[in-house]
Amino acid sequence: MSVVLSLRQVSKVHGSGGAAVHALRAVDLDVVAGELVAVMGPSGSGKSTLLTIAGTLEEPTTGQVTVCGSDLSTLSADATARLRRRSLGFVFQDLNLLAGLSAVENVALPLELDGMSARPARAAALQVLDELGLTDRAGHYPDDLSGGERQRVAIARAVVGERQLLLADEPTGALDAANGEAVLRMLRAACKRGIAGVMVTHDAQLASWADRVIFIRDGRVVDQTAPSAGPEALLASDPTP
Amino acid sequence: MLTLLSEAPKYGLQLRQEFEARTGEVWPLNVGQVYTTLQRLEREGHVESDDAGRDGAQKRYRLTADGERELHSWLRTPPRAGPPPRDELVMKVQVAIRLTQVDVTEILQAHRRRIVEEMQRYTHLKADAAPEDIGLGLVVDAELFRLEAVVRWLDAADARLRSHPTRPKPSTPAADTSPAADAQDARSTGRTGDRAAGARR
Repeated sequence: MSVVLSLRQVSKVHGSGGAAVHALRAVDLDVVAGELVAVMGPSGSGKSTLLTIAGTLEEPTTGQVTVCGSDLSTLSADATARLRRRSLGFVFQDLNLLAGLSAVENVALPLELDGMSARPARAAALQVLDELGLTDRAGHYPDDLSGGERQRVAIARAVVGERQLLLADEPTGALDAANGEAVLRMLRAACKRGIAGVMVTHDAQLASWADRVIFIRDGRVVDQTAPSAGPEALLASDPTP
Repeated sequence: MLTLLSEAPKYGLQLRQEFEARTGEVWPLNVGQVYTTLQRLEREGHVESDDAGRDGAQKRYRLTADGERELHSWLRTPPRAGPPPRDELVMKVQVAIRLTQVDVTEILQAHRRRIVEEMQRYTHLKADAAPEDIGLGLVVDAELFRLEAVVRWLDAADARLRSHPTRPKPSTPAADTSPAADAQDARSTGRTGDRAAGARR
């Protein structure tokens, strides 16, 4: 399986001297195509920093970040921006849907910014909205959509085109349980179709949708879950002594 | 049982299959449990069987008017409200904070990981199931919310220990005789091995 995101000994220090804050310390992480990885940790553990570094929005202080086969330290600013537009999708807590654009225009926007002409961009956007059950909402503006629908539009925008890496920060935000589950089903489905996904959260229910959960604490990866044993393990006897 | 019988009269084996199907097959029943329950319900007048001469497997049971009332009353009765059950995890963490040679944070993380792994299995079961399988969804959600509560307790315990690191106070008489104090003693005098290992038990 191809490695889509690779962090090698990645550290991030904010500030310097006595005021230095070590947001990440020597983090190693590989995420392969088709895999959804959750990064779980308390506030201030460094999980959001990990996501912005993986998303090329921030540079590490030391260490190597490889996204879709490119070592970021060797890319020009333009090339990094192109990689970000083409290959990465973001689903953040504050959705950043543009209020002046309809759902389909919001989804088509990254494709158009990347040089695709309006018509095929719109067609591609409509197709993704259709897959997410939002066909009849395509012409609506964000203000006319429910919270759950807005979040699904944000996911559509994050997976449209040839994206290879999906980065999500608390992607269910303030959604209720049913809408949150719908959002997670979509993220999982996107990964099953071959995208690599990284989701940071402090919520165990959210994290449990992932194939693998990484635990981060004080900027260090301290633990991770074992590969999935499958549901039949639930019927096995209690493992506690 | 009463719910299933309220739909139509049914045979014992059929009751067992339908119970398991509707609860997502998470709570398997054995035939014995089904018949003991049916016998009790019959004694109490909540169900009655035809074919009184036959044995359990061939008897068909139906709900009585009394059983119907019992069903509606049972649906509204809150689950047993008693003192909280003795919580093994809470006890383990309580004990761990007394032990100087134990990294409590690491213990909390070991439990957190194990529970999240269990939650992953439940969530993946739900994710792969047909959305119309309501019975499975209800059972899995109940278990996920219960496990999530445990993880949240672990997170809260973690935060509490960070802001107020707790270690046994060697000066108190109780601590002097506790295994933790023994272990601390062993460590401070350079003695390790048997005594420290004993304290861990």
